[in-house]
Amino acid sequence: MKLTIRLRREKKLNRSMPVDLIVFALLACSGAFMGIPFVFMISTALKPLDEMFLFPPTFIVRTPTLDNFYDLFLIFANSWVPLSRYLFNTFFVSFLGTAGHVILASMAAYPLAKLKIPGRNFLFTLVVLSLMFASQVTSIPNYLTISWMGLLNTYWALIFPAFATSLGLFLMKQFMEQIPDSLLEAAKIDGASEYRIFWQIVMPIVRPAWLTLIIFSFKGLWGTGSGSQGASYIYSEQLKTMDYAFSQILSGGFVRSGPMAAAALIMMTVPIAIFIFTQSNVIQTMSTSGMKD
Amino acid sequence: MLLAPFFVLFFIFTAFPVLMAFGLSFTYYNVLESPKWIGWENYATLFIKDEVFLIALKNTLLFALITGPLSYIACFLLAWLINELSPKIRTIVTLLFYAPSISGNVYLIWQVGFSGDSFGYVNAFLIKWGFILEPIQWLQDPKYMLIIIMIVQLWLSLGTAFLAFIAGLQSMDATLIEAGSIDGVKNRWQELWFITLPSMRPQLMFGAVMQITSSFAVADVATSMVGFPSPQYAAHTIVTHLNDFGTIRFEMGYACAIATVLFVIMLGSNMVIQWLLRKVGE
Repeated sequence: MKLTIRLRREKKLNRSMPVDLIVFALLACSGAFMGIPFVFMISTALKPLDEMFLFPPTFIVRTPTLDNFYDLFLIFANSWVPLSRYLFNTFFVSFLGTAGHVILASMAAYPLAKLKIPGRNFLFTLVVLSLMFASQVTSIPNYLTISWMGLLNTYWALIFPAFATSLGLFLMKQFMEQIPDSLLEAAKIDGASEYRIFWQIVMPIVRPAWLTLIIFSFKGLWGTGSGSQGASYIYSEQLKTMDYAFSQILSGGFVRSGPMAAAALIMMTVPIAIFIFTQSNVIQTMSTSGMKD
Repeated sequence: MLLAPFFVLFFIFTAFPVLMAFGLSFTYYNVLESPKWIGWENYATLFIKDEVFLIALKNTLLFALITGPLSYIACFLLAWLINELSPKIRTIVTLLFYAPSISGNVYLIWQVGFSGDSFGYVNAFLIKWGFILEPIQWLQDPKYMLIIIMIVQLWLSLGTAFLAFIAGLQSMDATLIEAGSIDGVKNRWQELWFITLPSMRPQLMFGAVMQITSSFAVADVATSMVGFPSPQYAAHTIVTHLNDFGTIRFEMGYACAIATVLFVIMLGSNMVIQWLLRKVGE
């Protein structure tokens, strides 16, 4: 015990007091820049209507109320598609899309990382190249493909493309590479088949990586449907997602900024909660994310 | 066999579409009639006749040249500073910095902050302190629009690359730093330059790809902050132009030409940066 205390007191290598202060100041400034909008948002969400029109505007709400949340539900009570339907759509698309992505990406990552099969370098190069352009490039052909496959206006239009997100495969493959070969060879000598090795040895080891894929994929799917792509894939109101519904109902009008903040607050809780629970695993996975020459 | 499901979908939704977009970019295609071959006409229109596209191209390059490097440096600098903190505080600060990029529509609050009447926070603040007399129409005035979107974009930009940098710094070999101090590294700047940066090169390259790709793809933020089309096209980007022709006017051939140009720009700049980063460490 005494030893650890002494170690902590010891001066850290290559560090000096004045620069430490500057570091702290820099961090505090950027922390404020990053954090203030959230304070704003929570405060706006809790503001009663009359407080919205005070001059100068109050930064922190004075008499917090849940009126905005109530209004939000009132708006939905009057829309012909019930709130629960939008919620179900969002959860369905996010869960199925994420689960499928994690499974398919892990299945594909294993041979790329550990099996000597012809063409694996070629396939992986394609994946890396695909990280270098945004999905908007393929939005028109994807729209056409989805309509030819008859998937337009179904959940699958959002789910199938999410299955094959290349970032997930990339991260999973990089993470799997650090599994020692000797472990896999030992299993093979014991007579385990490739499938068994994959499901019973590799998959449990790469748990941090699938938690990472879950947060990345979920975050994408959770906010899907309000962007221009999602909106063009699905046109029936009862198949639309929460995010789309919020953005439609709340677009326009300063008076609506209260319910807007309330909606954004509700929407952000789920991805943030997932990240809080997975953070250390995500960091562990990202440490293998580097691109080797 | 394990590869098949992923790669079938990957080819359907990512690899072939690039070729398809390239092919269709030489046609006139409005979805109702079958595509008609028109050669280079779409590209000629894009670069010679379509003034709006040139504005979009200019704006996109501005975004990429300003927010791209800034966000990349911010990602690394903040990750590096965070690394000095004790593990518990580090976890919280990481969450705070990463939160904007996963919290969906929260960026709309910037719209309230920059709202054009005197109830907007920025206007109210400036009026109260006597910098301006009349509220400024931040989101309607082409002079300010681009800058505000850049600020919001920066706020959103501490994403995947940021996490990769944090992870890279945490997994760095501490003995390297000790060895460095024996070899004469005296302060943190030397440590950063001679030890940290070289040993993080793989993460730095990955982070560059992430930031470059997203800095060229600005669209949804611009659209929801200042509307579509933006006043005088001041916040028009290649992607909003693409969406305009692809999902509103259904001129698929022309939209594919835009997509192909975007593809070439993104891939090209990524390749150049990768090549440069590889040079740096040698």
